[in-house]
Amino acid sequence: MEVLAQGIGEIFTDPDADKAREFFRKKSRKLQSKVMTVKEAVDKLVKDGDYISIGGFGVNRIPAAVLHEIVRQGRKNLGLSGHTATHDFQILSAGHCFNRVDVAYIIGLEARGLSPNARKYMESGKVKMTEWTNYTLSVRYKAACAGVSFHPIRNMMGTDTFKYSGAKMIQCPFTGTNYLLVPALFSDVGLVHVHEADIYGNCRTKGILMSDYDLSRSSKKLIVTCERIITNDEIRRDPTSTFIPYWCVDAVCEVPFGSYPGNMYGEYFSDEEHLKEWLKVEENPEEFKKFLDKNIYGCKDHYDYIERNGGMHKMLKLRKKEWLLLGARD
Amino acid sequence: MADYNTMELMICSASRELEDGASVGVGTGAPCAAAMLAQKVGSPNLLILFEAGGAGPLVPEMPISVGDSRTTWKAVMASSMPEIMETACRGMLDYTFLGGAQIDMYGNLNSTMIGAEYQKPKVRFPGSGGANDFASFCWRMMVMTPQDPKRFTEKCSYITSPGWLTGGDSRAKSGLPLGAGPYKILTNMAVMDFEPESKRMRIIAINPGYSEKDVQDNCGFELLKAKKIVENHPPTKNELTILREQIDPYRYVIGR
Repeated sequence: MEVLAQGIGEIFTDPDADKAREFFRKKSRKLQSKVMTVKEAVDKLVKDGDYISIGGFGVNRIPAAVLHEIVRQGRKNLGLSGHTATHDFQILSAGHCFNRVDVAYIIGLEARGLSPNARKYMESGKVKMTEWTNYTLSVRYKAACAGVSFHPIRNMMGTDTFKYSGAKMIQCPFTGTNYLLVPALFSDVGLVHVHEADIYGNCRTKGILMSDYDLSRSSKKLIVTCERIITNDEIRRDPTSTFIPYWCVDAVCEVPFGSYPGNMYGEYFSDEEHLKEWLKVEENPEEFKKFLDKNIYGCKDHYDYIERNGGMHKMLKLRKKEWLLLGARD
Repeated sequence: MADYNTMELMICSASRELEDGASVGVGTGAPCAAAMLAQKVGSPNLLILFEAGGAGPLVPEMPISVGDSRTTWKAVMASSMPEIMETACRGMLDYTFLGGAQIDMYGNLNSTMIGAEYQKPKVRFPGSGGANDFASFCWRMMVMTPQDPKRFTEKCSYITSPGWLTGGDSRAKSGLPLGAGPYKILTNMAVMDFEPESKRMRIIAINPGYSEKDVQDNCGFELLKAKKIVENHPPTKNELTILREQIDPYRYVIGR
């Protein structure tokens, strides 16, 4: 098939489906407990230089505890899928943890504004970028999920987003229309936060799925944090609700309020005060350093972080906001 | 003369474009306010879709994120990004609102970067997010933005999301889905559409208090003019009351 045009962006991950199959051939299907702490999970499963994909949507149902731990343990030179990345991107930028990004959405926190620190990091020239879109990255997960090395799409043509991507243009053999092909994205490690999981890694969640269905299956290793661990009997009582099966999962960590300061559907709303403070302190390097010492480096774990930011009183207030008993901005 | 600001005017104008029974993909801020207003005024059955997966909500208050819980309040489905985007790919998403740091005469948008060197940008912005996706797949893409000559530029530093590309039939030949593209540009001064042959931006209506000259003076390229340019309707009392009291009581968007 003739390639009519192609983007000049570097492809950071190997789209070879046979190599991925060799990896998955050896991945355990054993029904065994994978319960561990976040500290253990990051220590064991996230290595310097790994390429990671982060579940949720920037500040909604994000694996915040794992991201803080990655910063705390000082991981460097990570590759990153910048799919709907907002506060998650801001956290990893704080630790200068990555050196290459597949960009769809970065730096910004939607209506809240742009992160000065993340922006400075991206303008420094220290981070290699290849450009995509939110949908395109989700399609790249989907291809990997299906065990194929590419997927056709019908967007990005004619734009600089295509020029700086790693996509290739071909002609459809059925209709003659131009299509772009995007390479499968097999991540080394996926990070997902869910509502409930059993000790083996069978997961349930509520609300929207974002791209987590495909993200979790396209990742070679998967760390799951959950609001609560439930019994395997409960999973088997209602198998329709399982959206990630245990054989995709490598670690299960119970972290109540694990998406904090992000939103968790039906559980708690985002902590807008804290997010605002984070954006503000980034303007002053001294203040920002103190802020990070308080909220990441000086914390033992996620509970410690929550304690330092209002503890259970704050969590209950965020629960009221989630249930609309208080306005989102009250 | 009614008492309203330009943001209120833009939101009210935008909301009137969304007819009952149509579907719209929205982000946070002004586009969401326009969709919510349409739902409460003339289009109760407007289908609102959020890119992260929220489908058909009765949005109770302005969401802060396009993925937060407000985007699925009393929704018909809590779905996924692939689900929403594939709905657009199949041709079932009618409208969307996008924005950017720059827009050119063909409605191409830049939300990625300013500068000569891509890998070391002078100013880096968030990037496409779902904008290139919606601009490619939605039948009618609209832009709501304040008008100034820096934003309305002869040439974007970077094209993030496709408008009519280089005009004429360039978009149709590109491989992008046929028939979809920029539809209207709503600014504080005017409403523009695109001339059907050249696909160049064209003034079709002027907002109260502005002239054609104001519009052209605040645009970095030459605008075409429709044969008949009308005066845009100001917001009605009903629209303003709903917008101020029900949709944005804390003036997060309309106070900007």
